[in-house]
Amino acid sequence: MEFGLSQDQLMLGDSVRKFLASEVPLDTVRQLAAGESDDSSVWQGLADMGLAGLIIPEAHGGAELGMLDAVAIAEALGYAACPGPFLSTAIMSAYLLNAAGATDPLTRMASGEYRVGIAFSDVIGSRKGQVTEADSKLTGQSLFALDATADAYLIGLSDGRVFMIEASELTRSSLSTIDVTQSVCELSFDQSPACHVSSSSELVWQTIHRGRAIQAADTLGAAQYMLDQAVAYSLDRKQFNRVIGSFQAVKHMCAEMASQLEPCRAFAWYAGHAFDESTDEAALTACHAKAHMAEVGQFIAKTSTEVHGGMGFTDLVGLHYWFKRIGFNRQLLGSPEAVRHEAAELEGLC
Amino acid sequence: MDLSYGSEYDAFREEVKSFIRSHKHKQPKPGDGIKSQAMRDWQSLLIEHGYHSRTIASEYGGYGAEPDIIKSRIIAEEFGAERVHRGFDGQGVTMLTPVLLEMGTEEQKRAFVEPTIKAEMIWCQGYSEPGAGSDLASLTTKAELDGDEWVINGQKIWTSTAHHADWIFCLVRTEPDAPKHLGISFLLFRMDTPGIEIRPLVDMTGDANFNEVFFTDVRVPKHQIVGQRGQGWQVANAILGHERGSLATPDAAMNRLHGVKRLMREESINGEPIMSNPVFRDRLMKLEGRVLAMQYNDMRLLSAKINKNQDVRLAGMIVKLTGTELRHEIECLGIDVMGEIGLSYGDNPHLRGHGSWQYQYMFYLGLIIGGGTSQIQKNIISERGLGMPKEPKIPSEKSAEKSAKEA
Ligand SMILES: Cc1cc2nc3c(=O)[nH]c(=O)nc-3n(C[C@H](O)[C@H](O)[C@H](O)COP(=O)(O)OP(=O)(O)OC[C@H]3O[C@@H](n4cnc5c(N)ncnc54)[C@H](O)[C@@H]3O)c2cc1C
Repeated sequence: MEFGLSQDQLMLGDSVRKFLASEVPLDTVRQLAAGESDDSSVWQGLADMGLAGLIIPEAHGGAELGMLDAVAIAEALGYAACPGPFLSTAIMSAYLLNAAGATDPLTRMASGEYRVGIAFSDVIGSRKGQVTEADSKLTGQSLFALDATADAYLIGLSDGRVFMIEASELTRSSLSTIDVTQSVCELSFDQSPACHVSSSSELVWQTIHRGRAIQAADTLGAAQYMLDQAVAYSLDRKQFNRVIGSFQAVKHMCAEMASQLEPCRAFAWYAGHAFDESTDEAALTACHAKAHMAEVGQFIAKTSTEVHGGMGFTDLVGLHYWFKRIGFNRQLLGSPEAVRHEAAELEGLC
Repeated sequence: MDLSYGSEYDAFREEVKSFIRSHKHKQPKPGDGIKSQAMRDWQSLLIEHGYHSRTIASEYGGYGAEPDIIKSRIIAEEFGAERVHRGFDGQGVTMLTPVLLEMGTEEQKRAFVEPTIKAEMIWCQGYSEPGAGSDLASLTTKAELDGDEWVINGQKIWTSTAHHADWIFCLVRTEPDAPKHLGISFLLFRMDTPGIEIRPLVDMTGDANFNEVFFTDVRVPKHQIVGQRGQGWQVANAILGHERGSLATPDAAMNRLHGVKRLMREESINGEPIMSNPVFRDRLMKLEGRVLAMQYNDMRLLSAKINKNQDVRLAGMIVKLTGTELRHEIECLGIDVMGEIGLSYGDNPHLRGHGSWQYQYMFYLGLIIGGGTSQIQKNIISERGLGMPKEPKIPSEKSAEKSAKEA
């Protein structure tokens, strides 16, 4: 038995981490926040490393790797608060389109030139009207669609059917949220022509659960970054003639963060592995991983900020970009309460 | 236990209600800044009727009423219930004024109290420094006497509203050879004095709520000191007591909780109102229980001000810690019940309550840290409240050298 990442997976994670450390520094995030740039050059860089086509079959220009590989990468992306549509284009859309037998967009997705966003609010829980379809034409609105600059979107209807629509066929307005590193938008359709992709509600849910496993890994990485920063800061900052890391109160805050976070690593790995092995509990594991990581992430986001004192509250150290990314992952694709409810249903408890 | 305020207060409550009915429309609007005419007019109106600065003597610009805690409570209740603006409560009003009244000279009271409470003189608090946050007493900004003037050099940080302030109350080191708590003085000076540079600091909310303030040869008249030379620490501590109580009032927490209830009634998911979700409802009720405990704790503190036969030190010491953590969690529930809509920020058209939920969620994390962090509060509660021993002190390099020499 060997519970852990393979040598290849470790190397993959490392190379992504190295790339992000040099190519996506905090300044990139700041420029994005100031509206001085978008995420397109970062995404092209990641695509050139093979991340856009990670799970796409080799026949369509992808690397044909699995969900555990994707988890290792998502953790690295979260650690760097890296912008770009990894979750939407590279995981959710790539999986769904491939499973539905579509071939055409996959090659362009793998090369990074074509981005397919995800608009699944109606499936997960609609808060405003619903998108309706007649004669392959969509009408209505979809809120908080992932990726505000995608070339096309997959629209999930409440009955589980999925349509694909080109961005030029709809009205789109970008939505500001607390997190500048992951873009979302509102889509409006008015008799907009769309392509039918799938009628399998099972497939939509498989896609959502994969997304959730990736989100869990992303939050894991972001939380790990915040913990690392807290420990480093506590060894550097002095008050009362000693480093604050020598106060038991501060040590205990850090130890508590570590005790909650460390098991999440194994959890996230298993969530990825369960999809690769198509085990029965893959969906359940993804729900639990996503909801649990949201709670642990929230605790670490707050506690790490506190360890930094007033500095943590400012923009100077930039810690808040990770704080907000963790907050974003908490709500998108289902809040922890909603996802735990689904988990109970999957277990047949209600 | 007698919880009735007494029938003599019924007429007073009616008076407050009728004032609110007839003047409510004059209150400042959300966008009106602290320096707007609307704010100043409202402030003067409140003072004139005794709903602000109620017990401050009229010779210093206040309303001049006898202290009556129950009347103050009734005002708070009625303004809270109608969600009417309580008037300007900047750091000058809540922190400096009480200290001037207690420790200032007659001249200082006459010069500063009236314009301060009328919001004509805005103050900022210059305590924290880059190297002196939790360990405030280690501050190094120094002031040296040169003839009739103090000459100030150094740097402050996290100075809230310094960019709006006309004046600063500031801690400086005047006795470099005294033990650290005995070498500090409390000075007042104008923010447009030559040699002051203000640099805004953006915080996690995206606003610049506070600043770095640099002093280079800033010259301040010698008499602008509160208390004696070297007494600044005692003066500052008197103010910190006032600050901590005002950071997290249970009434404001209850208002926000009612805000969450409104959200839960109005928001729905797949057509089901959030209020019918038992999980969120339970979180709401749990928080309500905690707010109620803090409200009754507050009433007990209030009654102890009238009847001094209860020891309420511990009940007072926990207010900042418990109140700020509670507020942070209430804001969190507000976000959670909205789900993805709860992520809205900035110019997002789906914002509920002008984006206040995310904003306050972050701002209250700031207040968990500001005014003495939660960990420092816990030190105070255990050491001063429960009589537990302090952690051993580590001497500064300077004093370690000194004792080595002596040995
Ligand atoms: C929103 C906000 C507004 C503010 N407004 C003002 C203002 O107007 N004027 C002003 O002067 N200051 C202001 N401050 C500064 C505030 O008072 C300090 O940030 C606070 O006292 C903490 O100091 P620090 O930031 O240096 O953190 P540090 O003291 O460096 O603390 C870092 C960490 O170490 C921990 N720690 C430190 N010492 C101990 C100990 N002995 N035992 C256990 N743990 C310890 C802390 O709890 C914290 O977790 C404001 C701060 C904020 C966040």
